[in-house]
Amino acid sequence: MIVLDRLTKSFGAKQVLRGVSLEVPDGQNTVIIGASGVGKSVTLKLIVGLIEPDAGAVLVDGAVVHELDRRALAELRGRIGYVFQFAALFDSMTVAENIRLGLVKRGYDEGVIRERVEESLAVVELPGLEDKYPAELSGGMRKRVGIARAIALKPRYILYDEPTTGLDPVTSAVMDQLMIRTRDLGVTGLVVTHDMRSAFSVGDRIAMLYEGSIRQVGTVTEIQATEDPVVRQFIEGRPGSPAPAPAWRFE
Amino acid sequence: MSPSVASRIAARDGFVAHVGRRSLETARALADVGTWGPLLVGQMRRLGVDSVPIALFIAVFTGIVLSLLSSYIFTGTVPLYFVGALVGKTVMMELGPVLTGMALAGRVGASIAAEIGTMKVTEQVDALETLAYDRNSYLVVPRVLAATLMFPVVTAFAMAVGVAAGWVTAINLLDLSTPEFLKGLKQFYRFKDIWFGLVKSASFGGAVALMGCLRGLDAKAGAEGVGLSTTRAVVLGCEAILVLDAFWALVLL
Repeated sequence: MIVLDRLTKSFGAKQVLRGVSLEVPDGQNTVIIGASGVGKSVTLKLIVGLIEPDAGAVLVDGAVVHELDRRALAELRGRIGYVFQFAALFDSMTVAENIRLGLVKRGYDEGVIRERVEESLAVVELPGLEDKYPAELSGGMRKRVGIARAIALKPRYILYDEPTTGLDPVTSAVMDQLMIRTRDLGVTGLVVTHDMRSAFSVGDRIAMLYEGSIRQVGTVTEIQATEDPVVRQFIEGRPGSPAPAPAWRFE
Repeated sequence: MSPSVASRIAARDGFVAHVGRRSLETARALADVGTWGPLLVGQMRRLGVDSVPIALFIAVFTGIVLSLLSSYIFTGTVPLYFVGALVGKTVMMELGPVLTGMALAGRVGASIAAEIGTMKVTEQVDALETLAYDRNSYLVVPRVLAATLMFPVVTAFAMAVGVAAGWVTAINLLDLSTPEFLKGLKQFYRFKDIWFGLVKSASFGGAVALMGCLRGLDAKAGAEGVGLSTTRAVVLGCEAILVLDAFWALVLL
């Protein structure tokens, strides 16, 4: 299980996270929603140790991420797949080489690597693209290759950073199906998005990040029925200020 | 001291500490041979072999100019066979390594900074890390090692071509024969001239590649950020070459 425990993080004078606490239960897709620039991607980067928190901690399977040494961190990253917002495919490599890279690092033999590459491309419904370069693919295809690269490692967790941003509705729906299928394969997903249609579609639980902390966590039904004016405004996509918020907060 | 000067000195101190820290991280990553080993030959070809044409182009014209210039200086004062000595000494000890280093600082330093900078701003460096690769082992070490190993090779070619260009110029455009040119070349030649030049160029290669990697990894988001990193990498690479040139002159001569 992934646990975020009172995470705070600042960049210069700007405090992005102000005590974020959240549990990501195993076997489910948890979705973090929130406005652009609220710290959703920062939260994901804290989970894989790409950046360190100023205070608080991320615990993955009980281990405090920022206290891990280089070797232990590499081992932890072997359990976590990361799907980047713009796919972050290595543009000097073919699709197959992109997927192979993580497998090579883990020392799999050539037969297993070839099998995993084919298998993961089949899961994202892009067979036969092994020899294409990222520049030859559409945005949606690149994101699916990003997912293939993550699932090829058979991770326990996958972190999705804005998986549907910039995609057409049909491709977005395909991405949603992939995230659901991946969860059904037993992989725990943590999705950050501001696409509410996608959040309601793939999420088992939804947490809203607002002004540096978690405003509300609940099931899809609970979030859809929320009375919190800030959450309501966000999920309905209404401009302007929310109605005055009650003093209490959901958990 | 004015506040602006003080802040610039502080910034420079910060940068030196940053370079020191990154250099230590790179040294630590040397142990990860399994990661950088397979990438080394490709980088040697890219940074070294592909740089030979530009290095030779510079060497040819350096040899020509040195030959003509020394003839102009020596005519009427010093025997003209000294042209061979001056061309040989200068190309091997100074202009060969430094001009080749400067040219490669532009070509190699800029290419490394632009490539790694683009990888940084498009999150490819982060992606590498999430695949359990160490950025220093995968990106920095193979480039720094390749440049350190290949700059002397490229410089050796440049030395040979520079001296040959000086010789061809001397026998065709000056009143000098091949035996006279060779007499000057041999009379003052010492084996140290060559290895001094090659040791310097190895250090230039390491410095240029390291600056390119550091600036690339520090690139800020956007095309402007990558452009700025590339420019800084070239400027820092050239500065490093000049500082190292003075250092080796103090230490080895």
